[in-house]
Amino acid sequence: MSTTLNRAGLSRDAYKGAATTLCAGCGHNSITNHMIKALYELGVEPHRLAKMSGIGCSSKTPAYFVETAHGFNGVHGRMPALTTGAHLANRQLMMLGVSGDGDTASIGLGQFMHLIRRNVDCTYIIEDNGTYGLTKGQFSATADLGSVQKKGAVNTFQPIDPCAVALALGASFVARSFSGDGKQVVPLIKAALAHRGTAILDIISPCVTFNDHDGSTKSYSWVKDHEESIADVSFIPFFEEVQVDYEPGTIRDVQLHDGSHILLKKLGEDHDPSDRRAALRVIEEGRAAGHLVTGLLYLDTQMQDFASTEHIPDTPLKDLGEKELRMSREDFGKLMSEFA
Amino acid sequence: MTEPIVNDLTIQAATVNGSGSQTANLVLTRAIFHMGIPVAPKNVFPSNIEGLPTWYQLRITTEGHMARSDKVDILVAFNSATWREDLKSVNPGGVVIHEEAFSTADARTDVIYYPVPFNKLAKSKIQNDTLRKQLANMIYVGVVGGLLGIPWEALEHGVKRQFLAKPKAVQVNLDAIKIGHDYWQDNFSKQDPFRLEPMTGAVDGKVLVEGNQAAAIGALMGGASVVAWYPITPSSSLCEYLIAYADRFRVDPATGEKRISVVQAEDELAAVGMAIGAGWAGARAMTSTSGPGISLMAEFSGLAYYAEIPVVIFDVQRIGPSTGLPTRTSQADIGFVYTLSHGDTKHLVLLPGSVEECYEFGRDAFDFADRFQTPVFVLSDLDLGMNLWMTPEFKYPEKPFDRGKVLTREDLEKLAGDWGRYRDVDHDGVTYRTLPGTDHPAAGFFTRGSGHDEQARYTENADAYARNMDRLSRKLETARHTLPAPVVEEDGKAIGLIAFGSTHAAVVEARERLAAGGKPVDYLRVRALPLADEVVAFVSRHQHVYVVEQNRDGQLYDMVRLAVPPELVERVRSIRHYNGQPIPAAAIVEPLLKLEAVPA
Repeated sequence: MSTTLNRAGLSRDAYKGAATTLCAGCGHNSITNHMIKALYELGVEPHRLAKMSGIGCSSKTPAYFVETAHGFNGVHGRMPALTTGAHLANRQLMMLGVSGDGDTASIGLGQFMHLIRRNVDCTYIIEDNGTYGLTKGQFSATADLGSVQKKGAVNTFQPIDPCAVALALGASFVARSFSGDGKQVVPLIKAALAHRGTAILDIISPCVTFNDHDGSTKSYSWVKDHEESIADVSFIPFFEEVQVDYEPGTIRDVQLHDGSHILLKKLGEDHDPSDRRAALRVIEEGRAAGHLVTGLLYLDTQMQDFASTEHIPDTPLKDLGEKELRMSREDFGKLMSEFA
Repeated sequence: MTEPIVNDLTIQAATVNGSGSQTANLVLTRAIFHMGIPVAPKNVFPSNIEGLPTWYQLRITTEGHMARSDKVDILVAFNSATWREDLKSVNPGGVVIHEEAFSTADARTDVIYYPVPFNKLAKSKIQNDTLRKQLANMIYVGVVGGLLGIPWEALEHGVKRQFLAKPKAVQVNLDAIKIGHDYWQDNFSKQDPFRLEPMTGAVDGKVLVEGNQAAAIGALMGGASVVAWYPITPSSSLCEYLIAYADRFRVDPATGEKRISVVQAEDELAAVGMAIGAGWAGARAMTSTSGPGISLMAEFSGLAYYAEIPVVIFDVQRIGPSTGLPTRTSQADIGFVYTLSHGDTKHLVLLPGSVEECYEFGRDAFDFADRFQTPVFVLSDLDLGMNLWMTPEFKYPEKPFDRGKVLTREDLEKLAGDWGRYRDVDHDGVTYRTLPGTDHPAAGFFTRGSGHDEQARYTENADAYARNMDRLSRKLETARHTLPAPVVEEDGKAIGLIAFGSTHAAVVEARERLAAGGKPVDYLRVRALPLADEVVAFVSRHQHVYVVEQNRDGQLYDMVRLAVPPELVERVRSIRHYNGQPIPAAAIVEPLLKLEAVPA
C-alpha cells in the first residue's frame, strides 16, 4: 500500500473501512475501491464526510470505506430523505449516498425523484446490477426487457433507466459508468463530489452470484462487450493546475463550482454535456443499438442547489443556540399581545 | 317574560362551508371576549372546500367552561339544507334567528323565532358585488349583537382584531354588521331572556390561541431548526403557523438568511425521514402530521427508536380508521403511537391537555428528544389544535436548551478517543453520541437500523442484541421519571377520574356537576407515556377509577389496567366518547352516575 500522504495528511489506508461481507468478485467491491481512491486523491477530510445509504447489498458498502467517517444505513429506499435532512442540518458535510437499483428504482423511486427535483447538494451513486441480491435473485426495475434470470425466467417489463429519469426531471449532474472501468468511475466520482447539487451516478455493477450469466444485460461479459464511452473523462481538482496538451476542438473543459475542472476528450461523436436533449438522445440511441452508453451525460453547473434556494446560511443550523433560535423576550411579548 | 339569563348561553351558527362564515364567527367570538366574558368556540366543519354544511358553536359561561355544550340556546340558521335538522338541537325556550325565507309554518312552537331577510338585505344593502356572499355572514353578527346587547365598541374591536393584517377590510365589514344591527333594532322587540353583560376579572391576562398555533410557537421556542412536513388536516395549520412566525422571527434582517429550514416533503415518509436525518446530524428537527401520516411514519419511527435519533413528531389526531372523518376529533392514536413500528418499539409520548401545554410540550419535546435520543411524540387533537381556546399568556422560557449527551472534539481528546456510541457508561440507558462533522479520528461511527453492539458495529450476536434491547428499556425507564408528571387533584374521594389531552375540559366541568350533585370525584390527568407510577398509586387509593377518553376501544383504559397489579384491575372502569364531536361534560356525568348506580 502506498504511504504517500494526501493534502489532508492522510495515507490511502485512512480511507479504508471494515472488511467487505459481499461476494468475492462483486462489482460493488470494485466501486468501494474506486470510492477509496477518489476520496483519498481528493484529500477529503473524513470528519467532513457523511456516508448515507438505504437497504440492500449496495447499501452495506458505506461500512467498507472511510471507517472514521460518520455513516448512516437507514431504511429501504429512503436514503434521500435522510440525506436531505442531514444536509439541511449541516451544510458543511459532504453528503455521499450509496444506493442500489432496488433501493432507487423500485421502493425509493419517489424519494429519488424528489431529491433530484430539489437539487440537494449530494452525490447519489447507484450500484446497479438489475437484481435483488440479498433476497436471492429476483429481477429489479432496472433489468432490461428480455433479460434472463439465473433460473431461466425472462423479464417482461420495460426497465426504469435512472439516468433517463434523472434527465427528464432536470437533474444537474447525470453520469453512467461500469464498475470494471475504474479509469472512468474514479474521475466521475470526484466530479460528482465536487459538483454543487444532486449528482446522479449510475454504475452498472455485476452481481456475480445472481446476474452474471448469459442472457443477462448486467453481466461482466455483456457490459465489457457493449460499453460505449461517449468521452474520456479526467478530473483536475481545484488544488491542481490544468496542464493538459490537446489539439484544439478535441477536449471540452467544464469548470465546477469549487474551481475543479472536468476534461472530456471526444470519442467519436462530440457530445455536449450541457445539452439535456442530446443526453436523452444518446441514451435512447445506445439502447436501440444494443449499447450501454457510459460517461458524463449531462452537467449544469449554474443551477442553484436546494440549501441556496432556501436561503440556509453556511453556518450549520445544528450549531445555532438559544440566542439565534428563540425569539427575543420583547418579540415574544408582542406576539402574545396579538392574541388578546 | 322569564328571568334574564346573563353570560351563560351557547350560540350555534349553522352555515355553508366556504361562504366566509368562519370570519363572521370569529368576529363575534372576539367581540364577546373583548367584553371580558369567557368564550369557548368549537368549529365543526366538513372535509370540503365549499358547499357542505358547517357549524360553529360559541359557548359562553361565567365559569369559563371550555368543553363543548350539547345544548344550543341561540341558533343562527343560515343554511337551508340543514335548517330543519338544526332546529331540533335548540333547547326549549331557545332562540332561532333564521333566514326569513325558511318557513316556520309547521315548525316547533317551543322556541322563539326571529326571521331576518338575510338574502334580501345582502342584495339591497351590500354594494360590493364580489364580497357580497362573504359579507352577508356579517349581517348575522349584527343581529346577534343587537339581540344580546353587545356594545358597538366590542363589535368594532372584533372586526379590527380579526382583520389585523387587512385594515382595509374593517369598514366594509362593519357596514355589513350595521345592516344586521339596524334590522334588529327596527324590527324586533326582545322576547327571550338571553343577555350579555361586560364582566371584569374573568379573562384578565387571558388570550385566545389555537393549539396548533401554540405548538408552533413552542417548537420555535424549543429551537426547531429543520422542519419537514406534508399537508394533512388537522395538522397543516401547525406548520403553516410555524412558517409564518419563522418568516417574522427567524430571518436574519441583514442577510435574508433563514435560521430554519422548512421543507414541504413529497409524503409523510420523506417528511419524517428528513427530520430524522437532521436530528442525526444534530439539528433540532420535527415533523407534524395526523392519523394517515402517522401510519406512514411507522417504519422511520422504528429506525429512530432503535438507532437512537432525536426527533419530535406532532400528531394532531383526527378520527380513523383509514381516512375516517378528516375534520373530526379523536384520541384514538394513543395506543398505536406508543408502540409505533414493528418489533419491540416503545416511544415517549407527551399528552398536552390545554393550549398552554401545546406550547410547553411543543417546546420541551426537543429537550426530551435530545436528552433521550429518541422520537418524542406530541399528541394533540383536532379539538385542541384547530379551535381557539382561552388561555393564560404563555411564559417565556428561562431554561437553556438541553442538548443531551453529545461528545465534542475536546471531550474525545480527554477520553483519548475511548468511547462507544451505545456504551451505557452512566447506567441510565442513555448513551453518548457524536455529531457528524466532529473533527476527531474517533468521532465517526456507523448508524444503522440493523443489529449493533456497543461500538455501533453490525452484529447478529444473540447476547449483544438482548443487551441492547434491555438497555433501551432502561432508557425508557429513566425517561418515565423525567417526563411531565400527572396532574393530580385529590381530596380523599371514593371515586377517581383519569383522562388525558383535550378531554380535560369536559372533566373539569363534569367534576363541578358531580360535586354539585353530591358525588364529588378526584382527578388524575396523564401527561405522558410511559405511564408514571403515580397512576397506579391513584388507582390504589380509590374505590372506582373511571378512565375517560375519546376513542372506541378504551386505549388508555387498557394501559392503566395493564399497569396496575391484578387485585386493582377490577377498580378500573371505562368511559368512552367517539362520535367525532368534542366530548361534552354530560358524556362523562351520565355514564358515571349510571355505572355507580349499579350495585357492585
